[in-house]
Amino acid sequence: MTPTKPTSFQDIILRLQAYWSAKGCAIMQPYDMEVGAGTFHPATTLRSLGSRPWATAYVQPSRRPTDGRYGENPNRMQHYYQYQVLIKPSPPDLQELYLGSLEAIGIDMALHDIRFVEDDWESPTLGAWGLGWEVWCDGMEVSQFTYFQQVGGHDCHPVSGELTYGLERLAMYVLGIDHVMDMPFNDPQNPIALTYADVFKQTEEEYARWNFDVADTEVLLRHFEDAEAACATILAQEPIDPKTGKRIIMAHPAYDQCIKASHLFNLLDARGVISVTERQAYIGRVRALAKQCADAFVMTEAGGYSA
Amino acid sequence: MPDLLIELFSEEIPARMQTRAAEDLKTRVTNGLVEAGLTYSGAAGFSTPRRLTLTVHGLPEESPLVREERKGPRVDAPEKAIEGFLRGTGLSRDQLAIRDEKKGQVYFATIETPGRPTAQIVGAVLENVIRNFPWPKSMRWGSGSLRWVRPLHSILCFLSDESGAKIVDLDIDGIRAGDSTCGHRFLNPKRFSVSNFEDYAAKLKQSFVILDAAERAEVIWQEASNQAFALGLELVEDRGLLAEVAGLVEWPVVLLGRIEEQFLDLPPEVLQASMKEHQKFFSLRNPKTGRIEYFATVANRETADQGATILSGNQKVLAARLADAKFFWENDLRIAKSHGLTLWADSLENVTFHNKLGSQKQRVDRMAGLAQSLAPYVGADTDLAAQAAQVVKADLASEMVCEFPELQGLMGRYYASAAGLPDAVAQAVQSHYSPLGPSDTVPSESVSVSVALADKIDMLAGFWSIDEKPTGSKDPFALRRAALGVIRLLLENKITMPLTEAFALSGSKIDTSDLLGFFHDRLKVFLRDQGLRHDVIDACVSLKGNDDLLLVVNRAKALSEFLASEDGGNLVQGFKRANNILAQAEEKDGVEYSYGADVKFSQSDEERELFAALEVQSKVIKSALKLEDFSKAMSGMAALRAPVDAFFEAVQVNTDNEVVRRNRLNLLNLIRATCRAVADLTKIEG
Repeated sequence: MTPTKPTSFQDIILRLQAYWSAKGCAIMQPYDMEVGAGTFHPATTLRSLGSRPWATAYVQPSRRPTDGRYGENPNRMQHYYQYQVLIKPSPPDLQELYLGSLEAIGIDMALHDIRFVEDDWESPTLGAWGLGWEVWCDGMEVSQFTYFQQVGGHDCHPVSGELTYGLERLAMYVLGIDHVMDMPFNDPQNPIALTYADVFKQTEEEYARWNFDVADTEVLLRHFEDAEAACATILAQEPIDPKTGKRIIMAHPAYDQCIKASHLFNLLDARGVISVTERQAYIGRVRALAKQCADAFVMTEAGGYSA
Repeated sequence: MPDLLIELFSEEIPARMQTRAAEDLKTRVTNGLVEAGLTYSGAAGFSTPRRLTLTVHGLPEESPLVREERKGPRVDAPEKAIEGFLRGTGLSRDQLAIRDEKKGQVYFATIETPGRPTAQIVGAVLENVIRNFPWPKSMRWGSGSLRWVRPLHSILCFLSDESGAKIVDLDIDGIRAGDSTCGHRFLNPKRFSVSNFEDYAAKLKQSFVILDAAERAEVIWQEASNQAFALGLELVEDRGLLAEVAGLVEWPVVLLGRIEEQFLDLPPEVLQASMKEHQKFFSLRNPKTGRIEYFATVANRETADQGATILSGNQKVLAARLADAKFFWENDLRIAKSHGLTLWADSLENVTFHNKLGSQKQRVDRMAGLAQSLAPYVGADTDLAAQAAQVVKADLASEMVCEFPELQGLMGRYYASAAGLPDAVAQAVQSHYSPLGPSDTVPSESVSVSVALADKIDMLAGFWSIDEKPTGSKDPFALRRAALGVIRLLLENKITMPLTEAFALSGSKIDTSDLLGFFHDRLKVFLRDQGLRHDVIDACVSLKGNDDLLLVVNRAKALSEFLASEDGGNLVQGFKRANNILAQAEEKDGVEYSYGADVKFSQSDEERELFAALEVQSKVIKSALKLEDFSKAMSGMAALRAPVDAFFEAVQVNTDNEVVRRNRLNLLNLIRATCRAVADLTKIEG
């Protein structure tokens, strides 16, 4: 079977959604907060913990303030999309499932050279690590493939298999586009054909300026401290809710604060106000939050807790 | 005689781990078999990205019967003791033998352990090996608890002989051993059964898998060389890359591509680094121009379009990478030309070298001061040395080095030349990191040497001052390498430079003798590798002037030659005898016999001759030492051998006449003192 070629960025996204939906994943929506990568979505971070089976796939807009290039770099942006798949326990045929997804978006396995090249993943801010590969298609990295071993300082039992596709880069390759901004966002045959530039060029400029030069570092610093404090306050509450009498551990609201702190740190980093030594300290503070949230989550029902 | 075949089939094993893993599999399995009493005639391990394979030839059908005799209690021992013995041996009383021993009649048990079938042993050994495999990093997957480098999918394990193959009964966490495997992931993924090793290797090849990594490397090398030759190009040798790439493919297909014209002016090292680092491409050089003009990539498959799609994809990725590199190169050159290297050098203020040792800039300032102070020892121009040290780290702030840290120094040299700095400075920028290891070239140009010494000594003294010394296998700042670098710089350039002076000039507050001791330890390792005995080095290191390593080594080499001669060996014996007698007498009498020997109390010719010889030779030795002519000093010692031997032959030191005895002990001290000026012979072994 020769797969048909996709025609646009969104076509590729839709095909991935359809593929992973057919493979039994819950197609979730992006998390409604600013995150640096799809891994931060609680559907990955928290759900990879505990013993309950889980399978999800979703698009996650990702923000990396330091990567902003005013929309001029061919593939570097402060805002881009990741496609994320997480299946727990990792199925024995995850590699084959993954290769199937490449076929689905029009990569003909008979013509391309797909390689699994060692790449161990670690997220110091999430206290997480795993082993796996970066997947190469004709020498280009198109995905990260990871078997989670630890998240938030907890050993993963069972182990989740995580796939992360850098959507723009992958789509550019499949569509044969050299500059991201030239990529058709929707089908170019449409009466209103939009390119990636039509959608995102201006925002890249706006955010680059704000991230690099305008964001108020004092405010950001204060927000960081607030988020950190809020996380602790939330987790310090009694498990039994006095109003309903139910056992409600607020792992997700606390984790929101962790996400916030992480993004604020990224913004501060882009503003260049964090020195090399301070960097480690900030990362450690975010990791401490991630760990506390993970500790809390495994005490909830979704985290596998049973009274 | 059955043969054993094992294949552990998994998801992709990191290339860098494969060779070692195949070796570990071989060693651990064969060791396990031998421990269980099996013999074998040969074994070989193999690896591909997805499999570890082991073949063992010529195993017996079963392990031999083992007979063990155990001595028990005496026949008249208490009943309890005898029952205990029976329980322990699993025998009944009538199976025991009784023998007469000195103390009476004693029970003996002969315990026979029957041989076990080889298949059973293999199963147990392999399970143990898999569960305890020494992967540098391993993982769990799915819901299981088994650890492997990546998910383990199947185990092939059987014994085969003329009559066929017998699968070993083994089940590890639900993976049952069988006689089948899979071919190439894309070219022939079907599972198939094999009957012995030859069949296995042949069927793999039909299924587009070359089992032997060395053969894959050979294919890659040959194929790339041939294709390069056809284009009039030569393949740039890179063994490390070749081994790595051979671990990334099961079916290597070499594809050559042209580097776009616009990138050909990049320094060849940049092209090479970029292509190797990011893409694992080989570089192809045009021998006429010396430029890198083509690349070779190794795909893992054949395609209907002869690799055209794969090549164009790779070319596209490379163009993006090189566009980055070109951007960095041009930016960096612009900065170097308009600002020299000082803009970068100053910006190192914002880069932490170590939180207790300040910024890179502070380190560079220290280095500059030190290089200037060390220049006279090296014979370098002091101003040039200081100027060079100020800019040698500047390229760390350049964009190219941020991207390719391994190009540090080299890029600095390009940029220093572009900035119009003197050649000696540009050269020092590149070579001040050298030597990086025991086989790396040592710089010889005096400015380079000064800065290279300053670089390493500042680092060592700095880390010593904050008590961050290497311990055991931990040496995070590569201080052993730095010390070895200093040693090689001094010795190979024949530089006389007392280290204690250099330490003082570094300005760091340190325990000088501790750091000097560290240098001496490294020196011993270095000289031992060159064939000098450690006791010989010890004998020289314990003397005054031991912070001048060139002196220490010259002395050690002369001493080593001396000891190899007949006179040398004998003199050491004579010296030790003198030293022992003295040491005993000194301990007994509670005094040190260190002066006042007088020839007038001599009673024999041998005594007088020794006095005479010592008088002559100690002068010879003294003046030779002053000139650092160690072989002459050694021959002075050699001349003492005959009189010392004759003395001990004829003279009894400890006599009743206290005056004579004391005089002789003081004479012995003359031997001791004379020899000690040359080397501490007490340290010599044997």
